[in-house]
Amino acid sequence: MTVTRTPEPALSPAQVSARPSLLETVLRAREITLVVLILLLVAVTTARHHDFLFSSDGWRELLRQPAILILIGVGEAMVIITRNIDVSVGSILGLTTYFAGWLFHNVAGIPIVVVVACAVLMGALLGLFNGVLVAFLNVPSLVITLGTLYAYRGIAVLWIGGDFIRSSWLPANFKHLGTAAVFSIPVLLLAVLVVVLLVGWFMTSRRSGRDLYAVGSNPEAAVLYGLRTRPVVLLTFVASGALAGLAGIVYLAIYATGDSHVGSGYELQAVAAAVVGGVAIVGGSGTIWGVALGAFFLATISSALPVLGIPSLWQQAVVGIFIVLAITLDRVLAIRRTRAAIAQRRLG
Amino acid sequence: MRKPAVRPPLSPLNHTKGNPVTSPKSVRRRWLGSVAAVAASSLLITGCASSSGGGSSSSSGGSSGGGVDGKTVVFIPKSLGNKYFQASDKGGKTAVEEFKGKFQEVGPTEASPTAQSSFIQTATQQQAGAIVLAANDPNAVCADLKAAQQAGVKVVTFDSDTKCRDLFINQVTVQGVADGLVDLMGKHLNGTGKVGIESGGPNATNLNAWVDAIKATMAKKYPNVQIVDVVYGNDVDADSYNAAKGLIQNHPDLNGIIAPDSVAVKEAGHFLSDSPQYQGKVWLTGLGLPSELKDYVHSGVIEQFGLWNPEDLGFLAAYAAKALMAGDIKGKEGDKFEAGKLGSYTVGKDGEVVLGPLKVFDKSNVDQFSF
Amino acid sequence: MTAVAERAPAPAYLRHDKPLWRRVLLRTDTALLVVLIAVILWATVSVPFFAQPFTYSTVLLAMAPILLMVPPVTLIVVTGEIDLSVGSVLGVSSAIFGLLVQHGLPLALAAIVSVLAGSLIGALNGLLVTVLGVPSLAVTIGTLALFRGVAVGLLGTTAITSFPGDAATWLRANIGNLAVPRIILVVVVVAVLFGVVLHATTAGRGIFAIGLSSETALFSGVAVNRTKLLLFVASGTVAALTGVLFTLLYSNAIGTNGIGLELQVVTAIVLGGVSIWGGRGTLFGAIVGALLIGVLSKALQLLNVGSDVIGVITGGALILSVVVASVAGFVSRRRRTAAVVQPSGGP
Repeated sequence: MTVTRTPEPALSPAQVSARPSLLETVLRAREITLVVLILLLVAVTTARHHDFLFSSDGWRELLRQPAILILIGVGEAMVIITRNIDVSVGSILGLTTYFAGWLFHNVAGIPIVVVVACAVLMGALLGLFNGVLVAFLNVPSLVITLGTLYAYRGIAVLWIGGDFIRSSWLPANFKHLGTAAVFSIPVLLLAVLVVVLLVGWFMTSRRSGRDLYAVGSNPEAAVLYGLRTRPVVLLTFVASGALAGLAGIVYLAIYATGDSHVGSGYELQAVAAAVVGGVAIVGGSGTIWGVALGAFFLATISSALPVLGIPSLWQQAVVGIFIVLAITLDRVLAIRRTRAAIAQRRLG
Repeated sequence: MRKPAVRPPLSPLNHTKGNPVTSPKSVRRRWLGSVAAVAASSLLITGCASSSGGGSSSSSGGSSGGGVDGKTVVFIPKSLGNKYFQASDKGGKTAVEEFKGKFQEVGPTEASPTAQSSFIQTATQQQAGAIVLAANDPNAVCADLKAAQQAGVKVVTFDSDTKCRDLFINQVTVQGVADGLVDLMGKHLNGTGKVGIESGGPNATNLNAWVDAIKATMAKKYPNVQIVDVVYGNDVDADSYNAAKGLIQNHPDLNGIIAPDSVAVKEAGHFLSDSPQYQGKVWLTGLGLPSELKDYVHSGVIEQFGLWNPEDLGFLAAYAAKALMAGDIKGKEGDKFEAGKLGSYTVGKDGEVVLGPLKVFDKSNVDQFSF
Repeated sequence: MTAVAERAPAPAYLRHDKPLWRRVLLRTDTALLVVLIAVILWATVSVPFFAQPFTYSTVLLAMAPILLMVPPVTLIVVTGEIDLSVGSVLGVSSAIFGLLVQHGLPLALAAIVSVLAGSLIGALNGLLVTVLGVPSLAVTIGTLALFRGVAVGLLGTTAITSFPGDAATWLRANIGNLAVPRIILVVVVVAVLFGVVLHATTAGRGIFAIGLSSETALFSGVAVNRTKLLLFVASGTVAALTGVLFTLLYSNAIGTNGIGLELQVVTAIVLGGVSIWGGRGTLFGAIVGALLIGVLSKALQLLNVGSDVIGVITGGALILSVVVASVAGFVSRRRRTAAVVQPSGGP
């Protein structure tokens, strides 16, 4: 961080009497901005091709596509809020997807619930390894998760080799989950929404959820007032892994296939979803709803761009631009907020 | 008297001078000392290695003519963990064991253009008899292949060609692929309609060659069938699914998709079976693995598709390598060699050997194959 | 240290509690060097075909891009920041270089333009970090995504391969009789340049100071923001230069050049004992770390160990290195506290 910025004083926005402009209020509410952007994007794309929204599979695709990214984005956000980072989520997802498919194939008649539980558990264990090293040995999370990114991917290739999950391995009712819908809302998205609601409620209303923000904003202060930071950090990595495991199940339900390369590169998208959703890399701020919307936005861009006729080769650049813009915007708004608070302090 | 372990802070005025631990001179001295140590030891080891001749780096890997017993044939696929190449490498292994060579399969975990470099170098160093390679890029590994050839290693490419090789085993001629797929689509559409192409990675030589040939052949044979778009799925499941979706949604009057890439055709089939309203409207064909497309063929989403037998491809490539290693052929046009149960093959122009015509799969034969 | 009788004994704060040999041998990078030599010796003896000049030249060739990008990124890491965009800068510069050469520009001019593009990207990173105060992890992840997209978009489906072949041959050829390809000359120049700056100039001391505490550094007179900005520009410039060389080395400009290299660079740096929090480490250690990865991978490949297992081993080595460093730090802290607590003999 640079040294020319003074640290942000702990004032709530309500105490700042200098009234911010309406534009600023709206911009600050990252969630609102994202909802507007999503609506705009969908509107423009649908204007070009009605099928994008107004066809049964268009609607379904729109709502189903972001499910995976929302799950890993939320998990990543929890880690980032505590001032860490997890770049191994892609490799974890790859392993759990194949594990789930393998279970269906090798254990006859296994109930879907059991497979889901196993996948989540596997993800949680893989995340636990990360968490123990980061929380108890105080090693930098970027390095540890970088190591597990390589290691877990290597294990996946070792185990899976050239094998791949065949659609016939999966029971019909599981495959049906991929396209089933309740009141035309895909079941998968509903499940993901439930998870997001749970995590969001935990983060905002429960003391242990608020602790994540405490640890992220100022770890030393948290320790000083008696907060046990280690279990908190451990929890975030376990949660990140577990959510990646759940995302593996969703992947399997949507694509009905999987090989040793599943999940490559997903970690970058997860971080992007968190950042676009308003989570600051230094930790301590950001909401789960914002992240869910950010993930929704990024996933929708990926499926809208081909329809908008933007050459598929430039899509990555477009997503990159949004990430840089989101980061910059966040920082500019934070600076303005600090200045306003200082001005207020001088006045009062 | 025990000195306290905690030292008082250094004076900022002379923190660069005189402090033995951190002064530039002492750091430099230590740094130079270590550099000298590394340089000395590496020169020593390199000198020892070259003078003792342990591991003849410049002698030819295989003696001319004579037996190929025990010679190593190294298969380098585009990447490990790819079922198509697992099949071809399996065929290669069968062949190599038939002629009593030693089989090895190595490769990178991700299919990037330069990732195969180090494996080619390793094979050269290990004095392999032959390298059988499916290249990720036509040029990037040329320098390494040349070095291998200079060391006496025979270089055979298959599926995806490069320059600097002795022979290229092509599964079907480019025109053969185009003719096969264009005919399948053109006949079904009765000569009129709009068709999109979904390919794999935008940089793959073979895919690009096929796409260009398909466009040209379609224009010639069925001039009223219009190719409206080419999209890329990057050989990734999710991207291929989205590419198919984008293609169909962007061209609502699309009549057909030709997907000359196994991941693309599989995911396009997947999208169509998820979206029943397009089945019957959009006719899908392409190049794919029977094991992956079985279900779609039985459900009617895909009626016919084309491929070759990748096991046969690997098998043929291995026998071509054998012929080169034994000195039976040199890779020139007109050279003939035997390929076990596949029979006898002749080398064509530019050192290319073609496996055979495009094989069409449909309901009647799709269950018969394990790849 | 008080060998010559005439000299006054060194003042108390310059004496050390440990003898010289312990200080040198127990440094992380010295230990790493020992590990590297041990691995080379082990491989020479037990890995078939390892003991050839070809091994060394191919390892150096394969590691050359990483070795080139390690010095500037090491300096950035020492200040407590990070630059994850180097792989994408390599890709963009490769794309620009390829396109310019394809359109007939002379090689040297195309190279200069590509390198300048890299400098501009580095400046963008640096400005966002210093002027706006955005954390470098976020900025460089964003530019990583953005410029990889630009590289892919620029080149489309074409891989440009029409480069003068003798450039590649010249770069790959060995220097004289040593098993060292010519491209290593560039590596040596860059490494020495950055090494001297880091370890032998006041600016270098400033870099360490920033990493330890940027506020203290600022009050000590170090131009923190300017230093960081310059370091990011340097990183972008060197990454772009690496892109040009990489393109010439493989005669291949394609949008996917350099994907994943930034992670390998960070792995090498961390393995080399440079602390990711900043303020500690040596460039020498980082380079030894990179060489260690290269040599170990080559040795394992020659033993026919699959690249998937090598991936697991690399990941494991990385984890192990930071765990060991952390435990060692913990142990030495405990020992120091215990020593302070114990009564010293004097008043």
